[in-house]
Order: sequence, then structure tokens, then C-alpha cells
Amino acid sequence: MNCRLPTVIVTILSLFADSSTAYAKEKPRPRDWADSARLLATSGVSQVEGAAGGGLAPWAVITGYGSRDSIGGNLHATYIRLPDFSLRSGGIAVGLFNRLELSYTRQTFDTGETGPKLGLPSNYTFNQDIYGAKLRLLGDLVYDQDTWLPQISVGLQYKKNDRGSLVRALGATSDHGTDYYVSATKLFLAQSLLVNATLRETKANQFGLLGFGGPRHNNYSTQFEGSAALLLSRNLAVGAEYRTKPDNLNFARENNAWDLFGAWFINKHLSATVAYVDLGSIALQSKQRGLYLSLQSGF
Amino acid sequence: MRKFFGSLAIALALICVSLEAHADDTLFADLGGKPGINLIVTKATANFLADKRIAATFDQTNMVRFKAKLAEQLCAVSDGPCKYTGHSMAAAHKGLHLTNADFDALVEDLQNALDAAGVPFRVQNRLLARLAPMQKDVVTR
Repeated sequence: MNCRLPTVIVTILSLFADSSTAYAKEKPRPRDWADSARLLATSGVSQVEGAAGGGLAPWAVITGYGSRDSIGGNLHATYIRLPDFSLRSGGIAVGLFNRLELSYTRQTFDTGETGPKLGLPSNYTFNQDIYGAKLRLLGDLVYDQDTWLPQISVGLQYKKNDRGSLVRALGATSDHGTDYYVSATKLFLAQSLLVNATLRETKANQFGLLGFGGPRHNNYSTQFEGSAALLLSRNLAVGAEYRTKPDNLNFARENNAWDLFGAWFINKHLSATVAYVDLGSIALQSKQRGLYLSLQSGF
Repeated sequence: MRKFFGSLAIALALICVSLEAHADDTLFADLGGKPGINLIVTKATANFLADKRIAATFDQTNMVRFKAKLAEQLCAVSDGPCKYTGHSMAAAHKGLHLTNADFDALVEDLQNALDAAGVPFRVQNRLLARLAPMQKDVVTR
């Protein structure tokens, strides 16, 4: 493997070095607090709980396009249309100095015409507030092309469900809980390939929409989330994800989830994601597979 | 039948080995050789000078010499028949206080030049992968 390390910038600045004195005497360049400097698509999209990542899994990337000297942020809206339910979510996230990510997302799980099958009114909704934080520990997704080291981040998602008595009646132990995760994300730029692995400690039933913990299992369990994405152009990525989930409740089984996605990064202010998602069986309704649509707007 | 599959297996193994061996050696060719690199350099340089974010860093630069050295750089890094004769990265960038944002801006200008020169996206990324690690010596602010 070629180990020589010349660079475009070296060339520019090697010529420039002779007159560096002249340059150094000028005013220092002003700091740009919202520089949108990072390369397009390299902060992923908003996953279903509001963290930067793919559609299902959080990644180690920090949301937004701010460089390590700047901030970035965005709003997102997601709609998942399933045969018997729909899931809507919307949220806001900020990335600080490419180091810390903070997010708030509100999820609405709508039972539509399926409500009565579960003894609920039509269009009965379960809602959840998710407060997220993620800290990049080490690595840089784009720059670290000469090492196997991935970018690694740790994060948490505090979730609060608004149907406390109902989820307890369904067998959940609690209406709130915190997920903890670690993500390792690697961009193999020479292959135009991104891979991510996330390990999550959680008690959440159906992401928390059916409460936390239950009679089958009431402790934290370790779940795995993997993503792989191929960059087709600066604006387009396609990929697949797999996310395992606990199965804590007695009244209904819970399955692992997967998706196939396409993400279109129109520019640094707007992206759109379309996916086919399979969430398995939810509240006794099997084969919940359908369309996932998400928009993200920010800087 | 066994002979057929045996020969097919050997043929596939040889093809795979040869693809592996050539995978990196052809980046220079995939960039269009010297004419392709000259085209990239011309377009990239125009982009740098038109980019408000970093144009000021070229105020004292001899652009004729700059373009020649840049072509040398890209030829050498893509395993072409050239030798880069400029300063080391650390020495060249010492005291210039470049940020990651400056580095990223230059990468985007280079990507635009590669697009305009007709270099396929996957080939662009092979080149960028060889340039990316220089960030740690170039960026000092």
C-alpha cells in the first residue's frame, strides 16, 4: 500500500511559507460560529429517536455541519406508515464543536383504526418525549483514512411515555427509562463505504412507546444495531440497517427491526430519506412493514 | 466437470489477485494521467481563488509555480511517475493557523474541480482518502 503523503494544501502553503511573515502580520481571521464546514452527508441523518445516524441506529457522528470550532443544528420530521399503525416524530438537535450533540424528539404512535382491536378508541396515540445527548470520544470519520480506528461516541436517550397507566396495564414496569449506547462508525473513503456498529443498553418496549421493562424481562439488556451505507455521489447514499430489540412484555412479542434506505443530501440545509422498514410484530399485529420518510433541515 | 470447475476456480483466483494488485496502481491512470491531472489542477486553482473562505491565503502565492507543484503532488500521490519536491507538510503549515474549516473548504473546491474534470465519484474518493490524513499536520488552529 502506498505510504507517500503529499497533499494539495502542502503545495499551496510550501510556496506560501516564504511570505508567511507578511500573512502573520494581518488581523487574525474572525471566528465563524456557524461555519457549516463539514463535508456533505458526513453527519448522517436523524434516526427514529432523534440522534444523528441512519434511520434506526444512532451513529458516532455529531449532528449538523459545524466544524470543531463551530456549532450546527437541525430540525427533523419523520413519518412511518405501517399496515396497522403509524409513527410520527419530530425534533430538534444541536451539535457543539463536533464534540457534543443534544436533541429533543417527540414521537407519536398512532393506533388509527387498530385502536379498537386493542380495546382502545380509534386514533388513540401513545406519545413519547426523548431527550438525547451524545459525546464524541475519539476519532474523526473523514480525516482518519490511514487507520482502522473508527469514530467512537457514547450517548444516552431519556424517554418519557405519556400513557403511564395504560403501559403498566399492558405489563410494563415503568413509563420512563434511559437507554445508554456506544457507537463506532468508520468511513472507508477509498471504498466509498460507511459502516456503523452500536451497542445499546435498554429496557424500552417498542422504543419506549409501550413502556419500559416487563414480566418476561425487567432488567437492562444489550441490543445491537448495525448500519452499512454506500456513497453513490456527494448527494446520495443507500444502505441497510438491522436493530435488535428486547422482548420484555407477555401480552405481545417484539421483533428485531431492519430497513433499506436511500438518503438524498440536497445541500447542507436539506436532506430527505426514504426507507422500507420492517418493525415486525407490534401489539399483536404482525408484519408491520412499510414506508419510512424523513426530512431534515439545518446547518 | 470437476476439471471445468477446478479451472474456473483457478481462473477466478488469478483474476481476483490481479484486480487486488492493480487496485491502487491505476489511480494515476484513472485520474487521466498527466493531462487529466493538469486539467484538475487548472480547475482546482480557479476554485481556490474564487472561494471567499480561503482565497486570502493565496494573496502572496506565485500561482504559476503553485500549479506546477500541485500537479507534481497529485501525480506522486496517485502513484504516477513523478516526485514531489516541496516542503514537508508540518514545515509548510507551521504558524499559518489553518482550521478544519479551511481544510474542508479546500477539499470541497477540489471535489468541484474533479467533478468538472469528469473524474468518477468513486475515483475521487480514492484520491481524497490519500490526502485526508494530512489534516493532522496541516491544521494547527
